[in-house]
Amino acid sequence: MNVIVCVKQVPGTNEVKINKETNTIIREGVEAILNPFDAYAVEEGLRIKDKTGGKVTVISMGIPSVVDMLKETIALGADEAVLLSDRAFAGADTLATSYALSMGIRKIGNYDLVICGKQASDGDTAQVGPSLAEKLNIPHATNIRKIEELKEGYIRCQRLTDDGYEIIEMSLPAVITVVKEINEPRLPSLKGMMKAKKATIPVWTAADINADTERCGLKGSPTQVIKTFVPVHEIKSELIEGKPSEQASKLAEKLLSMRFIKCV
Amino acid sequence: MVNIRIIAEKCIGCKICIRNCPFDAIKVENKKAFILENCTLCGSCVSSCKFEAIEFERDENKGTVDLSSYKGVWVFAEQKNGVPAQVSYELLGAGRKLADQLNVSLSAVIVGSNLDDAIKELIAYGADNVYVVDNQALKDYNDELYSDVLTQLIQQYKPEIVLMGATTYGRSLAPRVSSRLNTGLTADCTGLEIDTEKRLLLQTRPAFGGNLMATITCPNHRPQMSTVRPKVMKPLDKDVSRTGQIIRPEIKLPDEIHTKVIETVSTACEMVNLTEADIIVSAGRGIGDPKNIKLVEELAQVLGGAVGASRAVVDAGWIEYSHQVGQTGKTVCPKVYIACGISGAVQHLAGMSSSDTIIAINNNPDAPIFKIATIGIVGDVLEILPLLINEFKARLGK
Repeated sequence: MNVIVCVKQVPGTNEVKINKETNTIIREGVEAILNPFDAYAVEEGLRIKDKTGGKVTVISMGIPSVVDMLKETIALGADEAVLLSDRAFAGADTLATSYALSMGIRKIGNYDLVICGKQASDGDTAQVGPSLAEKLNIPHATNIRKIEELKEGYIRCQRLTDDGYEIIEMSLPAVITVVKEINEPRLPSLKGMMKAKKATIPVWTAADINADTERCGLKGSPTQVIKTFVPVHEIKSELIEGKPSEQASKLAEKLLSMRFIKCV
Repeated sequence: MVNIRIIAEKCIGCKICIRNCPFDAIKVENKKAFILENCTLCGSCVSSCKFEAIEFERDENKGTVDLSSYKGVWVFAEQKNGVPAQVSYELLGAGRKLADQLNVSLSAVIVGSNLDDAIKELIAYGADNVYVVDNQALKDYNDELYSDVLTQLIQQYKPEIVLMGATTYGRSLAPRVSSRLNTGLTADCTGLEIDTEKRLLLQTRPAFGGNLMATITCPNHRPQMSTVRPKVMKPLDKDVSRTGQIIRPEIKLPDEIHTKVIETVSTACEMVNLTEADIIVSAGRGIGDPKNIKLVEELAQVLGGAVGASRAVVDAGWIEYSHQVGQTGKTVCPKVYIACGISGAVQHLAGMSSSDTIIAINNNPDAPIFKIATIGIVGDVLEILPLLINEFKARLGK
């Protein structure tokens, strides 16, 4: 089984704080990290390789320095990684991103399964997985929490839904997006780290993947951000004081007065 | 060519743009700003500059779409067993306003089997038209079949706006369809308005875990598509005297199908589903022991709510991942969110901070959760919870 894993570099959002005076985002020492959901995608790819053999290739689109993050995936055990990087890709929305990734994946070729994280922590859209599957003209399933069976041309997996889960069968190749429940990511091995040190990560431009630049980056993005603003949360906080029994009683009274709670 | 540049003569090096850049992609050297290569061309800096020193050119991809041939607002009504999801009614409420402003009709689209009751409901909640694809093969949601059907309908009837719920299914179906139609899609919107002059949909959504809001348009492609976060929009009052037109289009189902749902398991039977819940009672590490989850569950049950949890509790194996609220779990927006022993890490807040009323019970008065809580109780959660359960039981007569 050959697996391609799509990953994205995102700002480590732990440090996102709002400056109350200027109402802007403070980004002190924010480092760029592998999108948290993508770590599970990489791990699942590696587990498939451990079981069935084959190859794991990691692909990302981003600025040139993303190669360092891709090296980390080599350290974890990925066989190869490639970066799509070109000014022509800048400003891509999810449609343009899916298009570029699909062209990169076509160039890698010979794959059975594409795995993405459920969503990226900076945009939270969860759109690239399904949109990419469409561009590759293959089926997809989102929110996968378990692969039950995987064999030549066939996958059966559990998809987390809003009120439970469902079991889905698909023919391969296919795209799945995974949730955290699917596995526990490994740490890099010493051998992997040595390999990563020596690895060269190919960087492909739009021309390298035969991408139509009209469909890439800001140019190829139907959506436009016309305004960004920091939301103003005007929170009137109130503390309920008193003995625990008084606190509980006052809280119950307040909640019931809001009339959300139905007497059933 | 798309380009962003600093006009050096106008830039005074005030650094305001640096603070407004969500991506840390501007630096100031020798009192002049420079755009770095990790710029995503989002344009946030342009309006922040008081000296008009940032120039942002984009030659717009006009596309080849005849925008005027697209008319009307559509709501995709997600259903289960023939019953529309609550978010469908919320979307009709939001869609009604948009359609009235644009002076066009509001249509619901429903795909499934045995839909007669659902059609009546959709009309009573505001739809002028209901497009119905009623077929036994479409009874349950299937990404491949549903995206095929919805794409055909959009191509045939050309709505200018298509709204879908940002549910698990909606967030899977919408990008598949928009990608096939090569049009724009904005995820998880919390605000929808119309720019009446340009007849454009202004879609506002949170990014960076709700720390930044972005307003997004889709000027040159149609339809303009959005998924909308459940619980944010308000449904209209139900009016059974409303009438509407029912349209049953001819649809061709694909001959070959690569995706099959072989089993659907509902584990939320004992509790309400998290994303649709009005009330969520959520457990954090402060509950101390897995057996205390029972208290949280009991309070949720008394209130008719769902059970949530922080990442710490899920990682410790005290409760299943499907309950996790936050950045690597679910994003929820209930009317009341009761955080029990949750300190309020940024990642948790990202998943619940847009709740209407937040109640925090925590023994640490400095816990960040109190900063966003509407009502706070500083105290021992294990002491308060049983008291609270009894209070509600007594008051609700349970």
